[in-house]
Amino acid sequence: MHIPDGFLTPPVWGTLDAISAAAVPWVARRAQRDTQDQRIPLLGVMGAFVFAAQMVNFPVGPGTSGHLVGGTLLAVVLGPAPAALVMTAILVLQALIFQDGGVLALGANVFNMALLGVAAGYLPCRLWGRKPLTIFAGGAFSVMTSACFALSQLRISGVPMAGSVLWASLGLFLISALMEGAITVAAVRAIERLNPTWVAGGPQSSSSRTLPALAMATLALVVIGTLIASAAPDGIQRLTGQGGTTTGWNLRLIDGIGGLILIFALCFLGGKLIFRRRSA
Amino acid sequence: MHHLVIDRWSRGSSPLHARDPRAKLAVLLVFLVAVSTTPPRAQIAFVAYAALLIVGVRLARLPLGGLAGRAALVLPFSATFALITLWSGDALRALALAEKSFLSGMAALLLVSSTPLTAWTAALESWRAPRMLILVIQFVYRYLFVIAEQAQRMRWAALCRRGNQKGYFDFSAAAGLLGVLFARSWQRADGIYHAMLSRGFHGRFVPSPPAPFRTTDAIFCSSCFAGCLAIRLLL
Amino acid sequence: MTRAIQVQGLRYRYADGTQALNGIDFHLDAGESVALFGANGSGKTTFVLHLNGLLRGEGSIEICGLPLADDTLQDLRSKVGVVFQDSDEQLFMPTVLEDVAFGPLNLGLSPEDATTRARTVLKRVGMAHAFDRAPYHLSAGEKKRVAIAGVLAMDPEILVLDEPTTFLDPPARRDLVTLLRGLPQAKVLVTHDADLARALATRAVFFDQGRIAGEGEVIEIVQRFHWEYS
Repeated sequence: MHIPDGFLTPPVWGTLDAISAAAVPWVARRAQRDTQDQRIPLLGVMGAFVFAAQMVNFPVGPGTSGHLVGGTLLAVVLGPAPAALVMTAILVLQALIFQDGGVLALGANVFNMALLGVAAGYLPCRLWGRKPLTIFAGGAFSVMTSACFALSQLRISGVPMAGSVLWASLGLFLISALMEGAITVAAVRAIERLNPTWVAGGPQSSSSRTLPALAMATLALVVIGTLIASAAPDGIQRLTGQGGTTTGWNLRLIDGIGGLILIFALCFLGGKLIFRRRSA
Repeated sequence: MHHLVIDRWSRGSSPLHARDPRAKLAVLLVFLVAVSTTPPRAQIAFVAYAALLIVGVRLARLPLGGLAGRAALVLPFSATFALITLWSGDALRALALAEKSFLSGMAALLLVSSTPLTAWTAALESWRAPRMLILVIQFVYRYLFVIAEQAQRMRWAALCRRGNQKGYFDFSAAAGLLGVLFARSWQRADGIYHAMLSRGFHGRFVPSPPAPFRTTDAIFCSSCFAGCLAIRLLL
Repeated sequence: MTRAIQVQGLRYRYADGTQALNGIDFHLDAGESVALFGANGSGKTTFVLHLNGLLRGEGSIEICGLPLADDTLQDLRSKVGVVFQDSDEQLFMPTVLEDVAFGPLNLGLSPEDATTRARTVLKRVGMAHAFDRAPYHLSAGEKKRVAIAGVLAMDPEILVLDEPTTFLDPPARRDLVTLLRGLPQAKVLVTHDADLARALATRAVFFDQGRIAGEGEVIEIVQRFHWEYS
């Protein structure tokens, strides 16, 4: 899911770098407010924990095993803004030190995984309370959201994806999404058994649900839209038959949706900013 | 481990290590933009970029093979897409995809292998990156090794008790490990916080002022910018 | 003459209701070294966490004549230097020099002065060669010395060390003893290590279930409570 350099075109990485560069300071300020006593060591240690946790294999069947991505777990334990900040820190380190994801593409990866991924992971719990089902949904939704946005960004940049590749990628992402959901639920349960106070309490029920519901709907729309567009059978036949430049209506649809995604994202983040100013 | 090697390299000394981290970061960005915007038909440009990187690696007194090998980690991913592009008929574009991702990866690797983490995070901070993000990055890095080692030891201990079963864990055991690792990590964070309070911490980390930008750094910057620009525009 | 530490009637209860400390009376004179013995869970570490206000219980604590209270907390934290058992939790900055400079910076010294003081103190503990090293690259003994340096950089009058010889091999233990012997501060040593106590402390206090069960010379306490292997 980490996009390396060389894949995205300048308009795409440029826009996403700009969005992330504006969003991250906002997230940092929000995280500072949400973390008691500025417990920065806790955020750092949790980040290191997620890194280490990614090394632990969870067997899910013969020959298959998954591992934790961590955005949803962090959101459930720390709250969304601190979680987004920690994921950003992890992505920076992964890009520069571990060669996992590009430097110019960092804005895109942060957008997909630290911002939208964490938001998607958190929203089900935010809307329907913290239950195993909502945590599972959060984990799965988080991975699917990051994946769909990443695929769209690659598509907009003109990276050719034959039908079979698209199918295979989405299939793999779906499996990872379900695993993330399962692993996150299992981990949260294990943590809660050791000490229930570690899992952050949900927000007070009195706070407005309009914006979170809107955000959730937007993201869900985009994800489903991407999935439907990719799954259209005609488009895929034409893809495999043609080769060369892309002219299938199906692909233009994906391109169009990709454009919509960017616009949705801008509205979503803009909405967050406005909402914050009003409540401040 | 990968990051340990890079950490060791970053603490070496060479003309490149001695350059201001802000200069190196700026040069990296210019290089990456140049590579990213180079059209696939300008194959000779990619050769020139590679030459520039080799000069950099020599300047940093780092092993070329070791660095190139680590940068090549990105190739499986990009090679897949390169092959697809090739299959759809665009050979130059396919090649460019692989070249761009490799060259970009190598450039980033050169930066972190010639600049300690504290230095490049300080450079980011001087460019207005949020202080909280920088602190979290430093703390994550600091405890990465410690907690990863703990996880490793726990896995080994579990392996010793697996008898004839294959693999380290079943699903619930893996979840249990995560739970315990989490608990120990949280307690560790409490310990760190106590240690910070004991040494007078009262809410703000005091930043250290950046070193002044020297003429050598300016010369380094301008020559690298000029080089990248020349390759991009002429080739 | 004011005592370095004067504790009277200290009581502390954990959140789950267990009485961790049940009326502790303790004193430490300037320049004196006292060893705290006791089983795990007997309250030794809980007690020392009160000495710099990390935990707040009932009873009175006076450090160098000043009562421990909200407004004196910051001052007293520079007078009482605590070296924790886990050096990885103590050395949280990316490099050795930055870590040792952390304390002086918090005290208000300028970055240059803090760095100078850090260098001086690191030389004092014999870690001058490691200024730019990262803490995880150091051995347990080296980490312990850097941790002590970090505390010494605050110029404390009292040193509290919690299980300092854990993880140390015999040569490192010897080096630690030599280092601590050369430091003039009053010391509280929480330890299971009877040899360390014999080498450094003039007095020992035995904790048992939140109370002080005995106090006297180190050898006498060790024998009375059978605090050795054989």
